[in-house]
Amino acid sequence: MTLTFRPARLAAAALIASTALTGAAWAETTITAVMHSGLRVLDPVITTAHITRNHAYMIYDVLLAQDSNFQPQPQMADWTVSDDKLTYTFTLRDGLVFHDGAPVTAADAVASLNRWGQKDAAGQVIFDRTASLEATDDKTITWTLTEPFPPMLDVLSKQSALPPFIMPARVAETSADEAITDYTGSGPFRFVEAEFQPGLSVTYEKFDDYVPRDEPADWMAGGKVVNVDRVVWSAIPDIQTAVNALSGGEIDYIEQMQVDLIPLLEGDPNVVVEVREPTGMMTMVRPNFLHPPFDNQEVRQAALKAVSQEPVLAAMIGNPEYYTICGAILGCGTPLGSEAGTETLTGGGGADAAREQLTAAGYDGTPVVIMQPTDMVALVNQPVVVAQALRDAGFTVELQPMDWQTLVTRRASQAAPSEGGWNMFITNWMVPEISNPIGNPMLNGRGDDAWFGWPTDETAEALKEEYIDATTPEEQKAVAERIQAHGIDNVLLIPLGQYTLPQARRSNLEGMLNSPVPVFWNVSKPES
Amino acid sequence: MIGYILRRVLAVIPVLLIVAVFVFLLLRLTPGDPAAIIAGDQATPAQLERIREAMGLNDPIPVQFATWVGQLARGDLGTSLISNQPVSNLIAARIGPTISIALLTILMSVALAVPMGVLAAWRHGKWVDYLVMTFSVLGFSIPVFVIGYLFILLFSIELGWFPVQGFTPISAGLGPFLHKAFLPALTLTTIYVALIARMTRANMLEVLGEDYIRTARAKGAPERQVLFRHALRNAAVPILTVIGTGFALLIGGVVVTESVFNIPGIGRLTVDAVLARDYPVIQAMILLTAGIYVLVNLLIDLSYTLFDPRIRY
Repeated sequence: MTLTFRPARLAAAALIASTALTGAAWAETTITAVMHSGLRVLDPVITTAHITRNHAYMIYDVLLAQDSNFQPQPQMADWTVSDDKLTYTFTLRDGLVFHDGAPVTAADAVASLNRWGQKDAAGQVIFDRTASLEATDDKTITWTLTEPFPPMLDVLSKQSALPPFIMPARVAETSADEAITDYTGSGPFRFVEAEFQPGLSVTYEKFDDYVPRDEPADWMAGGKVVNVDRVVWSAIPDIQTAVNALSGGEIDYIEQMQVDLIPLLEGDPNVVVEVREPTGMMTMVRPNFLHPPFDNQEVRQAALKAVSQEPVLAAMIGNPEYYTICGAILGCGTPLGSEAGTETLTGGGGADAAREQLTAAGYDGTPVVIMQPTDMVALVNQPVVVAQALRDAGFTVELQPMDWQTLVTRRASQAAPSEGGWNMFITNWMVPEISNPIGNPMLNGRGDDAWFGWPTDETAEALKEEYIDATTPEEQKAVAERIQAHGIDNVLLIPLGQYTLPQARRSNLEGMLNSPVPVFWNVSKPES
Repeated sequence: MIGYILRRVLAVIPVLLIVAVFVFLLLRLTPGDPAAIIAGDQATPAQLERIREAMGLNDPIPVQFATWVGQLARGDLGTSLISNQPVSNLIAARIGPTISIALLTILMSVALAVPMGVLAAWRHGKWVDYLVMTFSVLGFSIPVFVIGYLFILLFSIELGWFPVQGFTPISAGLGPFLHKAFLPALTLTTIYVALIARMTRANMLEVLGEDYIRTARAKGAPERQVLFRHALRNAAVPILTVIGTGFALLIGGVVVTESVFNIPGIGRLTVDAVLARDYPVIQAMILLTAGIYVLVNLLIDLSYTLFDPRIRY
């Protein structure tokens, strides 16, 4: 019997030739990007999911935006503030139009701000102090407060969790608890609804009528100049496949690289791996204040002393180049960050001191239930290391593996850990979104109305009020240091350190901005 | 025959109803909250509660079930809780890639496995037989994602013959379709070739020992005719069963292969829906899968008559 491979060769050659022909007709400039997750929810007010916020930055615009110094800058509007600091007047710039051709008016902005203010924690604080918010004319928004609110512009320009995106009034009139179904924005890109496949693919086209500001782009501020025709976010669930596709030139960009896969790309001259946002992410433990043993401040303090950041970050990230030991509740590398009170955390832990304090606190061996989400790569390792550190200090620990969905359901339960509740879970935050005391969920001390863990902490609330009243950066920094000291003393959280996930791009992708939100204005893709 | 087909088709209705009740109840008993997925990490309990209310998740379970069954009766599979898109649209967008990859896989598998199985049985105990069996054991034993990565490494990265990932529908042309679908189908083929070749070999061995084969050879029938006309035809029924079940399995979703090759199929849709507790999508997918199994089994049963004239319905 004689075997021949000729038919197989012919078939392969035919396949290759046919696809080469189909590829030749493509002329538009398209960036194909793999983001950190698939886009499913399109309403940036109903969710705090980062992928939805990133999508919103593509198709919507904002009144103000932060530059790389965390300073608010004009984007859609300039502003003036009255001498008594009670009236903010925003004036929309010329040339702003929605994707359906209608001009952006002050009424649209007011409706959008009202909807945003029902959802965003910091926005609610502003609306608690709002006397009126109205469109004085087509271009002027007048916001009058009942008392001065110095961080007003910081809140309006923030990029997380919910930036106040401007939508047409007809869309912004949707209930804040229901998702919008009309995706008309006025941003630099237009959402191509017909090509949207939830969780798989989303396509944006350059919005030709968008008028960028004249200033150069800086972080989230400045001119949003679009240099490509289309941007396609393609969700590739397997990061190894995404890396192979980047190497092969099938995609242009990966937003979050897994650190252990970086060596695969290091020798590739067509690929650049880089950190674009040096402040990165924070990982942290949240204790439950309602149930033993963490209803006891001394026990919480013992837990904080037991943990050391280094082994947690080593297990989570591996390569020290991509993580930073940092005990600041408000994040390192931010204007308000302070590491006071976290010497054991950042200095290798203090198991002996923790054990002593645990004994002194009268800990009776109540098991600590730690929830471990096994389906989240970014969260699966920390609970194991923290659990062992607690055991070493004398805690009885019950590490309970579960999927993320079960965790988010269970963490909403205020029941005792033995009845379906919990004592600890670990989560990650973008540093800019926890860098301000007003928006930092862990500093909410309003008991049942607080974030999961439900601390009742009047001191934290009072300190936040002091922060709100502080009028200069120096005063704000001084209050932030006291917030740090108090947050660590009361163990509102246990910071586990900061990390960055590098991005990877084809080397012919030029002009990508260093920004906390990956954006695609300013980027060009010359033929390589 | 027509009466039999009608009875079998009608029998689908109670099967799907039972599946529907079980799926609905199981999902409601499983911990999870789609509102939490939608709202994100920073939502307060009060905000989550308002979203649950708006989505109807706070309605009593019998009310939710009645609403869903009412929608099904009208041919409406509901709306995704997460993406707010009609479930039928989501499935319609995903089923094409899955079916086309499954068909290609089955075609390639049958084309390779049946001759391999026949050859192994014909040369039983010889090196060809050992080679086929070794290949089968390897095909079964190596995890599909490892095979996928190895093929990508060889055919995409080293040789550059095929793309690493992605899918082009057949409507864009056979060439572009095959260019992207070939590697995932080849990956799945390694498993199904192993399965079908083993089944073919085992059944051929049994049939080749029968008296009528000896008779055929004794009367001087050519060996090819003995193998393919007399032996294979009589060994076909169990092989068809394996092929049919394999096809149904492929349609049900091969999430690992879909992930490795970034194919937008229904396997990924199902897994994503399960992780997000997107109840309407999960329910629809399980009903669809159950329906496909019933239908494929019916087709397999009917196909028996083509190979075995003794079977009548």
